[in-house]
Amino acid sequence: MAAHRLSPSLNRLLIAGKYASLRTSCCAAHGYSQYSTACSPDEKTFDKILIANRGEIACRVMKTCQKMGIQTVAVHSDVDASAVHVKMADEAVCVGPAPTSKSYLNMDAIMEAVRATGAQAVHPGYGFLSENKEFAKRLAAEGVAFIGPDTHAIQAMGDKIESKLIAKAATVNTIPGYDGVVKTAEEAVKISRDIGYPVMIKASAGGGGKGMRIAWNDEETREGFRFSSQEAASSFGDDRLLIEKFIDNPRHIEIQVLADKHGNALWLNERECSIQRRNQKVVEEAPSTFLDPATRRAMGEQAVLLARAVQYSSAGTVEFLVDSNKNFFFLEMNTRLQVEHPITECITGLDLVEQMIRVAKGYQLQHKQEDIPINGWAIESRVYAEDPYKSFGLPSIGRLSRYQEPLSLSNVRVDSGIQEGSDISIYYDPMISKLVTYGATRAEALSRMEDALDSYVIRGVTHNISLLREIITHPRFISGDISTNFLPEVYPDGFKGHRLQPDRRRELLAAAAALHVAAQLRSQRVLGNLRVASAPVHCDHWELCVELEDGRHPVQVTKSGSGFTVEVDGEKVEVEGEWNLASPLLPLTINDTHRVLQCLSREASGRLVLQYLGTAFKVRVLSGLAAQLNSFMPEKIPEDTSSLLRSPMPGAVVAVSVKPGDTVSEGQEICVIEAMKMQNSLTAARQAKVKSVHCKPGETVGEGDLLVELE
Amino acid sequence: MAAFTVALRSGGLINGLRTSFRSLAPGKYGAVAAAMSPTNLHWGCRWGSMTVKERIDHKRETALRGGGQHRIDAQHKKGKLTARERVELLLDPDTFVESDMFVEHRCSDFGMEQDKNKFPGDSVVTGRGRINGRLVYVFSQDFTVFGGSLSGAHAQKICKIMDQALTVGAPVIGLNDSGGARIQEGVESLAGYADIFLRNVMASGVVPQISLIMGPCAGGAVYSPALTDFTFMVKDTSYLFITGPDVVKSVTNEDVTQEELGGAKTHTTVSGVAHHAFEDDVEALLNVREFFNFLPLSNQDAAPIRECHDCSDRLVHSLDTIVPLETTKAYDMLDIVKATVDESDFFEIMPNYAKNIVVGFARMNGRTVGIVGNQPKVASGCLDINSSVKGARFVRFCDAFNIPIITFVDVPGFLPGTAQEYGGIIRHGAKLLYAFAEATVPKITIITRKAYGGAYDVMSSKHLRGDVNYAWPTAEVAVMGAKGAVQIIFRGKENQAAAEAEYVEKFANPFPAALRGFVDDIIEPSTTRQRICRDLEVLASKKQLNPWKKHANIPL
Repeated sequence: MAAHRLSPSLNRLLIAGKYASLRTSCCAAHGYSQYSTACSPDEKTFDKILIANRGEIACRVMKTCQKMGIQTVAVHSDVDASAVHVKMADEAVCVGPAPTSKSYLNMDAIMEAVRATGAQAVHPGYGFLSENKEFAKRLAAEGVAFIGPDTHAIQAMGDKIESKLIAKAATVNTIPGYDGVVKTAEEAVKISRDIGYPVMIKASAGGGGKGMRIAWNDEETREGFRFSSQEAASSFGDDRLLIEKFIDNPRHIEIQVLADKHGNALWLNERECSIQRRNQKVVEEAPSTFLDPATRRAMGEQAVLLARAVQYSSAGTVEFLVDSNKNFFFLEMNTRLQVEHPITECITGLDLVEQMIRVAKGYQLQHKQEDIPINGWAIESRVYAEDPYKSFGLPSIGRLSRYQEPLSLSNVRVDSGIQEGSDISIYYDPMISKLVTYGATRAEALSRMEDALDSYVIRGVTHNISLLREIITHPRFISGDISTNFLPEVYPDGFKGHRLQPDRRRELLAAAAALHVAAQLRSQRVLGNLRVASAPVHCDHWELCVELEDGRHPVQVTKSGSGFTVEVDGEKVEVEGEWNLASPLLPLTINDTHRVLQCLSREASGRLVLQYLGTAFKVRVLSGLAAQLNSFMPEKIPEDTSSLLRSPMPGAVVAVSVKPGDTVSEGQEICVIEAMKMQNSLTAARQAKVKSVHCKPGETVGEGDLLVELE
Repeated sequence: MAAFTVALRSGGLINGLRTSFRSLAPGKYGAVAAAMSPTNLHWGCRWGSMTVKERIDHKRETALRGGGQHRIDAQHKKGKLTARERVELLLDPDTFVESDMFVEHRCSDFGMEQDKNKFPGDSVVTGRGRINGRLVYVFSQDFTVFGGSLSGAHAQKICKIMDQALTVGAPVIGLNDSGGARIQEGVESLAGYADIFLRNVMASGVVPQISLIMGPCAGGAVYSPALTDFTFMVKDTSYLFITGPDVVKSVTNEDVTQEELGGAKTHTTVSGVAHHAFEDDVEALLNVREFFNFLPLSNQDAAPIRECHDCSDRLVHSLDTIVPLETTKAYDMLDIVKATVDESDFFEIMPNYAKNIVVGFARMNGRTVGIVGNQPKVASGCLDINSSVKGARFVRFCDAFNIPIITFVDVPGFLPGTAQEYGGIIRHGAKLLYAFAEATVPKITIITRKAYGGAYDVMSSKHLRGDVNYAWPTAEVAVMGAKGAVQIIFRGKENQAAAEAEYVEKFANPFPAALRGFVDDIIEPSTTRQRICRDLEVLASKKQLNPWKKHANIPL
């Protein structure tokens, strides 16, 4: 612990200055023009709030607290001792070691922190204890305000079956279905007609898609009934079937509600959250392109009905599934601040955290339903430390060796809880930030998002910028034609990065060649008085060869003013730029189009990694001579990896299912790695005998570590 | 030297060389000597009728073809470039000025005097040229001519450009690809080696010398690269050894392949003979160009300053959190180095050998600096025999060529154990101490965490004439870690934990050293780059002389 090793005076000396500067930069730079509700100075709320969370949401809550003049208390695990949320807070309390169960979920320690600091209220953020009724109860017992709904609302909405019943009772649309067992094909047809097509026939004991059929008419229902019952009988030894409404191409659209303790409740419009992978949202926007005012109003009113039904207070979210005919069905209610709340703040101008604090203090809502506007359009991209090339995102860890948020662009909001030098560890969520752009129109917000993603500098961890940029520029997304199946439909074989069209490919080749020449020219610029005069090569024309993926392209570069004319595959490309070789960003004008590239690495061997249109491309630029001679160089054969099972991500080994000498068949589970609360089963790529096992349960492994060797 | 002696015993040096060569290219050498290209014969017959001009042109043409097209093809087939292709790629376009293209060997035994066995230029290409505009002398051994074997003429050509390089004050780069001695020439060839060795030694510390091993280099020939400042190798195609696998087998009965005995991997990870290995010829040559840019041309020149785009005032915030809170937790010193230097551009020397110390070249505000850093990630960053020798040689190179030395310290001490003591850690550790103490170039030291015991003294401390010594707030300058210290001070006493806490409070921080002026300042890590850049500006005019001596006596 630093505190042990440093004398307190030194600690203060060095760190006091840093805190101050950090705080100002956070507040100023983030420019919260997107929500600007003036907090009235005479409306007293709390003197001190403890934020029982970490990362970006803790920082987000603290920003509003600072704006409202409220003292803040951070809690943290020992590995988070120098995290941004700790530095931002007025006070910080360590509540345990790294694992969340021992720190951020450790109610005893957090209650102790509340007592020790005299905090009058606790904001739980999202996740962790935010929907834990026990925690809310314990706070209430000690007279500390829980900034969220009352315990009974948390409880009622926390249970899937109970919440559906309450919703039904409150006349909220729920997914229609027949809860009993269907006995004959004719009965199935009757039930299906009652529910309305399409319907889903599924095995009562089912799972994994087996014994499941979708029927769009009576005939298909009869057929589906037959097949499903046979399949169910053979797969599960149980042929009982259920029928429910099939939501075709569902969208995930949610309504933000805000209610006070006086029976007032508002709906703050919707958020479109259909772009998901593994049930986790990736890109969100507000409003939705899909809703018309009438549907929006209907959904909003039902959401408010539900909130009223459970005497909801504070901010909450009612999630709906919406089918292609704009029928909507209640899914669940989240009784907390959502991750994606910033987009609602952008279009409504409300500071949701401020409203939550006011409501918790017992104030009435300041707004009427008719005061709630939809101003412009907001998009949120969740920037994760994960590899999008592996199932749309497997967690990655590392140290942010370089980190620069695109805050110099206007109408960009970045909610993050990390900074340059921060560690993304295996203990917590791998989210780096929420990148929000705002515009008068959707097109404007989207175009800003492109710029923001291009100018976002993240080094040291693998990130999903490439996937985010592909999504927001995909024609289907732009036209609003999305559903929760968007990613698997658009990338059936997995995400593989940006596919270059010929003209974009030429741009990239030209940029790489020009950068190479700029670096070559700089290498000749030796300063000072030289004993032996330098004789730089005076040249304004270069014959190069650029290798990209499988292609080799002869390229001619000619200097023209501050830029270069690059001839690639018979076409001329003009590339201009400042050619600052130290900057992580490489802003270029390519054929009069402004593009921001990033040079991720540049080696003496001519190898470059350029981030272009969000995707990192490996390029090699060689002089004509070097390229010609390079053809004599032998191909080095990479190590045969099919017999080596390596960890695809950093994490902890949960189970090892094999031992040396075992024979495994293709697809058989070999071991399980847990990372960021996700268990991943690793399987054999082919049938083989296990040669050696290099890991054991409980061990921590890094990405690429050898786990098991096959013969 | 042991292996060398073995070679002599097993039939003399020539035999040793020959045997090792045989093992490299079985049967081929003989073929080179005996073979004669039909073209050569044809042209040879017409010589009588050629004008001088024609003869000049003809000789030049022949020289450019080396050992002939089929030998060039064979070289390519092995994944190797020819001597001339290498020179062309190494140097700026059209800057190569060749010398001694007309030199031929003078051997008249074993039929070597015949025209068919004469190749203009013999088995080496020599001359001067430019790398990024800067002067350099180059020799490139031509494996297509007699397997690149070293004749008297071959040696004489190399010596000539080395002499010129010394006169002018410019580096020498040798591209080695040679089967060994020209056995037909006998002692003439041996004399040639010695002539080169002598020049290597005379040039040492005067001009930088770089060896790039791009094929075989065996027997006595290995001592030329060994005497130069840096030896680089090409993976899979280059070998360095005193005696080849055959001799090893006959003398020690060990079964070993060429690659295991003297390949790039062996020398960059096990023996520490080579400083870097590259994938292939093209990569190696391009990297040497890059490397060359870090070096001054001679000991009369200051460290070069290249145009710099990285702001010298840049604050490096990531450094503020890089040292872990737990003193026992490792971190990567390379992260600190790369974050601090210009453009994260660090040319690491010996990256895979004695990894507990990191050495290499970088730039600060454009100016070349030598970086030395303990690596907490490997063996806690302790000093042992190999890391001391690796560090010492690097420090001495920097000092010889006016390159300022930046030292990042996180060292728990010297590695204990019989292996180290018996291996002579006292003697070898003294080398690093000696090198730092002797160095008169600007020396800037940053203690990032531990600086314990004698190792603290060694690592460019104030006491060894460090010009600027900084400590980060996480620095702990002490005789040893708290646990060990408490066990000695309070031996047998109870409540060791309390004593340990007291010791930590007293010594495990930068104050004791700062109070005494042993560090000049305690700085915020994020300001490290800024501070170093400013200090280097001031120290550029540093003048410090050691007492006159014939030469110093480093504990070898």
